[in-house]
Amino acid sequence: MNILKFFTAGSVDDGKSTLIGRLLYDTGSILADQLEALQQSNRKNDDGTIDLAILTDGLRAEREQGITIDVAYKYFQTEKRKFIIADTPGHIQYTRNMVTGASTAKLAIILVDARNGIIEQTIRHSYLVSLLGIEHVVVCLNKMDMVGYSETVFNAITDKYKVLAAELNLKEVTFIPVSALKGDNVVNNSEHMEWYQGTSLLNFLETVDVDNKSDYNLARMPVQWVVRPQTDELHDYRGYAGRVLSGSFSVNDRVTALPSGSSSTIERIEIFDQKPLEVYAGQSVTLHLKDNIDISRGDVLVNSDHLPQNSQLIEADICWMDTRPFDESITYLLQHNSKITKCKIREIIYKVDINTLEKQDAYDFKLNDIGRVILKTAEELAFDFYTDNKANGAAILIDSRTNLTVAALMFRNIAD
Amino acid sequence: MSKYNLDYLDELEAEAIHILREVAGQFEKPALLFSGGKDSITLVRLAEKAFRPGKFPFPLVHIDTGHNFQETIDYRDKMVARIGEKLIVGHVQESIDQGKVVEQKGKNASRNALQTVTLLDTIALHGFDACIGGARRDEEKARAKERIFSVRDEFGQWDPKRQRPELWNIYNGKIHKGENVRVFPISNWTELDVWNYIRRENIELPSIYFAHNRDVITRNGQLMAASPFLNMDDDDIVSHKKVRFRTVGDMSCTAAVESDADQIDDIINEISASKISERGARMDDKVSEAAMEDRKKGGYF
Repeated sequence: MNILKFFTAGSVDDGKSTLIGRLLYDTGSILADQLEALQQSNRKNDDGTIDLAILTDGLRAEREQGITIDVAYKYFQTEKRKFIIADTPGHIQYTRNMVTGASTAKLAIILVDARNGIIEQTIRHSYLVSLLGIEHVVVCLNKMDMVGYSETVFNAITDKYKVLAAELNLKEVTFIPVSALKGDNVVNNSEHMEWYQGTSLLNFLETVDVDNKSDYNLARMPVQWVVRPQTDELHDYRGYAGRVLSGSFSVNDRVTALPSGSSSTIERIEIFDQKPLEVYAGQSVTLHLKDNIDISRGDVLVNSDHLPQNSQLIEADICWMDTRPFDESITYLLQHNSKITKCKIREIIYKVDINTLEKQDAYDFKLNDIGRVILKTAEELAFDFYTDNKANGAAILIDSRTNLTVAALMFRNIAD
Repeated sequence: MSKYNLDYLDELEAEAIHILREVAGQFEKPALLFSGGKDSITLVRLAEKAFRPGKFPFPLVHIDTGHNFQETIDYRDKMVARIGEKLIVGHVQESIDQGKVVEQKGKNASRNALQTVTLLDTIALHGFDACIGGARRDEEKARAKERIFSVRDEFGQWDPKRQRPELWNIYNGKIHKGENVRVFPISNWTELDVWNYIRRENIELPSIYFAHNRDVITRNGQLMAASPFLNMDDDDIVSHKKVRFRTVGDMSCTAAVESDADQIDDIINEISASKISERGARMDDKVSEAAMEDRKKGGYF
């Protein structure tokens, strides 16, 4: 059994929390005491049924305001798969939360209210999905019960969305007509839409192909920690511990440590008491090299025949996440996996109006602004372009005055 | 280009080891908070996988309410001897003796809330800048929103509205002096995942997790272990039942469930079929709908 992490984009008005509540409820993932707490709550639907949205509104402030402020993670499983849902808020002032939830997701559910069709918010959510390179997109046309379960409405909206998807270069898009409130096509197939031949949302989530497909050659492992017991019997033990970001490493592979550029050969691979001959993206491992080269935390080990980009000047997409706007006089810290280096934003190329997707000239970035910049780092970074290898193509910016994470970065190009 | 995928337990394990190694790499003085419960026992196993054959880059810290199940303390001491790592114990009794906290009175008195003060004092005394804990997001609604690296101010407080965005698998552990970070490597595990991992890894647990005969009283619909730490009165009727515990906390706030599950396979079957969530057996969460959120803001784990 494997795990699918997905996130949901939409607002409370689209019935997002209700959809997640419905997924949990109809898969039997709500337990008796949680149900009891639900029934005791004062919030009910107009017809007196339980308001499933309460299941995901965790914080008191959210319950009081009836909105989702933060990313809430929910867990459920079926016989086929385990699921982790990042429930993110949809309003524009919470763009940063959506980017956060989307950063680790392999699939996005975009909710569209069938009564309203594609609105500004749909464009914004779809743009973010495209920016973050989410592999699979499911567009759920919700509230089908309120448009008479109409095929015509469904077709009109999907046709329009396909134009948007092409513009945004979204590849795998699936459309499902649902009613989260009534339960149509969420877990159980609807009895109201005979014209729809596709699967229910849950069935799609259970069967979509989410195996890792990273290129074996893009072997990258940032060194997190050097294991050196320094005991009498393990005097010469020196293991480089880290999680394989992408690709695979095998015993006898030639590897290079960056930024130093020193090379060696993998002598042995360990995962605690196991000694596998090959390890893949996602595994936490310890590598032993034949030669004693200088490697420490922050360095990255890569396949010597397929080196990553290496530069101090990088063109990147940026999403600003702090209430303090970007300040060009400040030197920020850039964290790229386990490496931290000083960084300045040298130039703002443009800012995107994420409701219309227009590129604009800009001189600053405020909370939730997205655009493209040229970064200058104090040390050379060994990275890949985000499009080629997400895991080694992203970084965060930290403001050393507050230590807050102020921006998400996706590397797009070498700048000159 | 080929395809492969990790089994879910391997993926969860690899993520947790990555997080533990980030703690080791990013902090000067981390600690692993060890309660004797199955989640922190799982953390110890993960730390062995992350750092062996080296030593752990942190000590274990136990906040002792003084109202423990003896089985937990016996287990703790045996385990510490086996792994050969350092254990630091903070005593709630000392906080009471120093007048920093006042013992609760009445029938439902518990030391559960008092341990926050002892925890914060222990962190301050040793200057810990990161505390690793076994909390999981599936336990409770407020926990569902907590980051894996969760920053606490110098008063130990969690501010849910000022959480740092946590992107990709990049963890920002930068803090100011006096602040510390709570780190939750098994955030993405469910209760069942923990049990399946314990079975797979053949990890020994304190005996109270398995069905045993015990004197209990029924209070607010929950079975509480009869003990000198429970304030009992004439309304309380002691009965003898076969029970086990789903979580291990202070004796005065941890309820038992009736069970015949004395093997790990039976427990996994029982949980799979269960209709009550794990924290449903915690009196401390029943106080109000926002009970956990309020305690976390105050510095509770």
